[in-house]
Amino acid sequence: MKVTIALAQIATKLGDVNANLEKHLELIRRAVSSGVDLIVFPELSLTGYCLQDLVPTVALAASTDDPVFKHLLEASQYVDVVVGFVDSDARHRFFIAAAYLSGGKVVHVHHKAYLPTYGLFDEGRFFAWGDSVRAFDTRFGRAGILICEDFWHASPPYLLWLDGADLFLFTSASPGRGLSSRPMLDSARWVEDINRAYAGMFTSFVVHANRTGYEDGLNFWGGSTIYDPNGELVLQCPYHAEALMFGEIDLNQLHRTRARLPVLRDERTALTMRELQRILGQEQA
Amino acid sequence: MEHQQIDLTINTELTRQVLTGFIRSEVTRAGFSHAVINLSGGLDSSLSCYLVVEALGAENVLALRLPYKSSTPDSGEHANLVIDALGVQSLTIPITAMADGLISLYPDMDRIRKGNIMARMRMIVLYDQSQDFHALPVGTGNKTEILLGYTTLYGDSACAINPIGDLYKTQVRQLAKAIGVPQVILDKPPTADLWLGQTDEGELGFTYAEVDQLLFLLVDQRYRPEDCVEAGFPESFVRQVMEKVRRNQFKRVMPPIAKLSNRTVGYDFLYLRDWGT
Repeated sequence: MKVTIALAQIATKLGDVNANLEKHLELIRRAVSSGVDLIVFPELSLTGYCLQDLVPTVALAASTDDPVFKHLLEASQYVDVVVGFVDSDARHRFFIAAAYLSGGKVVHVHHKAYLPTYGLFDEGRFFAWGDSVRAFDTRFGRAGILICEDFWHASPPYLLWLDGADLFLFTSASPGRGLSSRPMLDSARWVEDINRAYAGMFTSFVVHANRTGYEDGLNFWGGSTIYDPNGELVLQCPYHAEALMFGEIDLNQLHRTRARLPVLRDERTALTMRELQRILGQEQA
Repeated sequence: MEHQQIDLTINTELTRQVLTGFIRSEVTRAGFSHAVINLSGGLDSSLSCYLVVEALGAENVLALRLPYKSSTPDSGEHANLVIDALGVQSLTIPITAMADGLISLYPDMDRIRKGNIMARMRMIVLYDQSQDFHALPVGTGNKTEILLGYTTLYGDSACAINPIGDLYKTQVRQLAKAIGVPQVILDKPPTADLWLGQTDEGELGFTYAEVDQLLFLLVDQRYRPEDCVEAGFPESFVRQVMEKVRRNQFKRVMPPIAKLSNRTVGYDFLYLRDWGT
């Protein structure tokens, strides 16, 4: 089965949800007219990244009652959509979130579970921590969403893998940093290295939508990618520029790669569990 | 003092791409299409001018030459080289009369005070022209001088955006060379040109080559002071530089506001400049 995926590598307007929504709907229209099956937007694509005190004012609820999501859900009748937003729960806790929309329904919402609060990052100050990592079923098989720092940790992709995800949908608003003589910033190189590694190690598809543009002095480097289960690059968007690019993945590649390299079959989860319990038990003792 | 393991080399193409994108983004989203820049004829302002022109186009850039009576003729000539090479609009506005209006009140004024007055007069002209030209004032301070505090507060440090503020002087030189800044500007000793014979390195007491390497370890690589000594830097030099960095922190932050209310600008009223754009 072939699936065409669009990477919507956009720059956002900081705190202007309606302007960003317009851009989403326009790119979704272009994707639909090109026969795309799934379009993936970056982290916080509806709001911008460095929100600070704007967080409570841009928060949404992923439902048909929401005036913003209403439009996106309508659009999801024609193409599956992954969109980044600030999710407010019923008790007014604000999460960095990504929603998978399909057929007019909210299929899944992921709350970012790892909030970087070091260096230039201050997410833990403004957001609540997500508390679950779950795969979910789509019309293209089982998928999982992680947001930026989530996949700088090895355990969330591993959990998604064991939970049945063959399609990893990663979103970022990754500030470019680490200038050297190399033609890429350190942050870009690091993210590409680990995404290629996840694709190969988990013999799965890894889709990464990163944003671009600037917020004050921060640059967002773009360079969104799709890797196949062999760790081969399927699609790469340009660095430091907005782009809407389409890549076709062949889900049958999962069969071929895993027939050759049965690391999923051989994964010793009970051993992992046993050793984790021992290690955590030692820590507690 | 050369340390093999410290490599300050930058990829100039990538740097150019990020910095010109930054200038374009921050100027246009602030509602401007023009930029104005004080062009001394030195390395930092020449490079900044090249970057701004690459980002916005020469027709949208105003370069200001603001000589004081003691400025060396070389400075103006070098600024002209940049203006001619880039085809930017330019104005020459001598600051002697306005600076001397204050300086002449104090016959025994030392050169530090005079230098600060000149730097602040240039700031006044920069901001005045920014209003007239409907332009955003672009700063030209590099990372070395920002960290060492080798700058006049509300003088040459005053600007709306600062493209080269995260490049050490050594890296400024590398990028300037790649972007085509005239060789004579690359070759001359860095100077604020506030008094005759002044050079940055003479005044600081060490070379940019030395201090950039040390700052790179201390700041970028998070070396502890003792690690820098182990890497071959004299302990007294490490201490001197760290003290300079510490003492000049006030130049790098907004003035502290005394907190009284539940919500105070700077502490818990937090928005980016790009709010809503």
